[in-house]
Amino acid sequence: MGGYLVTLATLISIQAIAACGLNVIVGYAGQISLGHAAFFGIGAYAAALLGTQAGFSFWTALPLAVALTAGVGLLLGAPSLRVREDFLAITTIGINFIVEAVFNNVEFFGGALGIGNIPRIRAFGGPVGGAGMLALCLGFLGLVVAACAGLVRCWAGLACFALREEETAAAGIGISPVRFKLLAFVIGSAMAGLGGALYAHYMRFIGAGDFAFPLSVSMLTMVVVGGIGTLWGPVLGAALIGLLPEVFRPLIDYRMLFYTTLLLLMIRFQPGGLLGDEGLARRLLRKAIPGGRR
Amino acid sequence: MSEPLLRLSGLTRRFGGLTALEAVDFAIGPGEILGLIGPNGAGKTVCFHLISGVLKPTAGEIHLEGRRIDGLPPHRIARLGIGRTFQIVKPFARLSALENVIASQGIERYGSLARIWSSWTNARERERARRRLAEAGLAEVAPRPAGVLPLGHLRRLEIARALAAARKLLLLDESFSGLRHEEIVPLETLVRRIRAAGVSVLLIEHNMRVAMGLCDRLVVLDHGRKIAEGPAAEVRRNPAVIEAYLGRRHAADAA
Ligand SMILES: Nc1ncnc2c1ncn2[C@@H]1O[C@H](COP(=O)(O)OP(=O)(O)OP(=O)(O)O)[C@@H](O)[C@H]1O
Ligand SMILES: [Mg+2]
Repeated sequence: MGGYLVTLATLISIQAIAACGLNVIVGYAGQISLGHAAFFGIGAYAAALLGTQAGFSFWTALPLAVALTAGVGLLLGAPSLRVREDFLAITTIGINFIVEAVFNNVEFFGGALGIGNIPRIRAFGGPVGGAGMLALCLGFLGLVVAACAGLVRCWAGLACFALREEETAAAGIGISPVRFKLLAFVIGSAMAGLGGALYAHYMRFIGAGDFAFPLSVSMLTMVVVGGIGTLWGPVLGAALIGLLPEVFRPLIDYRMLFYTTLLLLMIRFQPGGLLGDEGLARRLLRKAIPGGRR
Repeated sequence: MSEPLLRLSGLTRRFGGLTALEAVDFAIGPGEILGLIGPNGAGKTVCFHLISGVLKPTAGEIHLEGRRIDGLPPHRIARLGIGRTFQIVKPFARLSALENVIASQGIERYGSLARIWSSWTNARERERARRRLAEAGLAEVAPRPAGVLPLGHLRRLEIARALAAARKLLLLDESFSGLRHEEIVPLETLVRRIRAAGVSVLLIEHNMRVAMGLCDRLVVLDHGRKIAEGPAAEVRRNPAVIEAYLGRRHAADAA
């Protein structure tokens, strides 16, 4: 595999990690979030500052960055998730802009210059290079997907599903709407923080613009395209959204337009996503497996 | 008289200028089946919403075993042992019928952050849920998504899902409406079995045959006020009740 492909695959797996987190919030708990990039950014800035200012190694910084992102998710989610559903979209967009503005304007976060010289990740006594970094990111992605699979099977996940389907009925069987929405929000934020920490140490230079609103839109597109609420949908979505602009170079200048158009088309024609029950990928798979259920 | 299980006192609920429930008092004893009847728009469903915490009373109080519960959020009231069905059915549409019921079985866990991380996909939970579905006559639809089930099935799914919460009191809001006679009979058996297990039942029912056959006592609402209360046979002869029904509806229901 060429260096270019390794780079692309690494970035895709990092984004897939964050997209899995967004899927927990949007797909499992049914709470719209248009500010997921903010939490990706918080994880990245936390890891970057811990690596540069505090001199922590990646392995020490990682759990701290994830915990910090989850904590901020808890603080920002608690008031946001009490508002009506349609306001949540606006509130999360607001969170994204505020967080970006803080990174951009506060000296402590490097201001407009961002943070550079973030140390490479070291493992087995040496720096982790291109292929090693890809393996590491894929490993973390595997852990995140496994965590999602576990969440679906435990009572917390079932409570989120019930809430997503019918909030009043869920409350009627003892499920606290606020508590379980918040739980999903914190878990999703933690996963975004993990992706962000990997991103910072991979890029070794980050700026506020990396975590702006368009990234939130593209992450939501990944989840919707791949299959909202499915296990592998966000991974498939991240791969497709990551690859398409590379295949069609001219698209790069029109990214935002492309994502939003794709988002609207999917919601209109494939609301369950490619891996959803009636999704294109599901139907192709069914055709490809003879004797399989139609 | 011993302490009632549930007591409503001076219960009032207004929506702007409309008074849906006006100073209603009644109580349900332990192990009692109480019918709540009255013409359309009488305030029966509003009364259920107030008991289950979906709506807050404008005035008045609700006590469960002497403890005041109005003002508590719905999930807390459910955890205290009150299960309910919804007249306008509210299935978890993309979950299977079985998963709808399993979700209700987590009720003892949802309140504790430590107890929600274990798996619900085990044989024990499935078996428990299957039994409940079978009791409601839904054994054969267990694997189907609730969203595709017909209304008659969804009414029974509401009951199966309410059972886990209903440790003390089960509220049934027109659970038998739209069902055929042969579908109603097993549900009547189920309600009697629930009562035999020590659970009180408060049910809203338009079908007078069902209400008379099942209930120990009836409470009659009309225009948000309680107009009669007592043993079923007595209430049936009450002039105010006959007037309320005959005034706006045909006598068929009272027959
Ligand atoms: N959320 C609400 N907002 C405004 N008015 C309401 C609301 N809920 C109920 N009402 C009104 O309160 C009154 C009582 O309604 P309720 O649903 O309790 O009647 P009901 O006795 O259950 O009737 P039915 O037998 O038709 O189900 C009705 O006039 C209804 O329109
Ligand atoms: Mg009603």
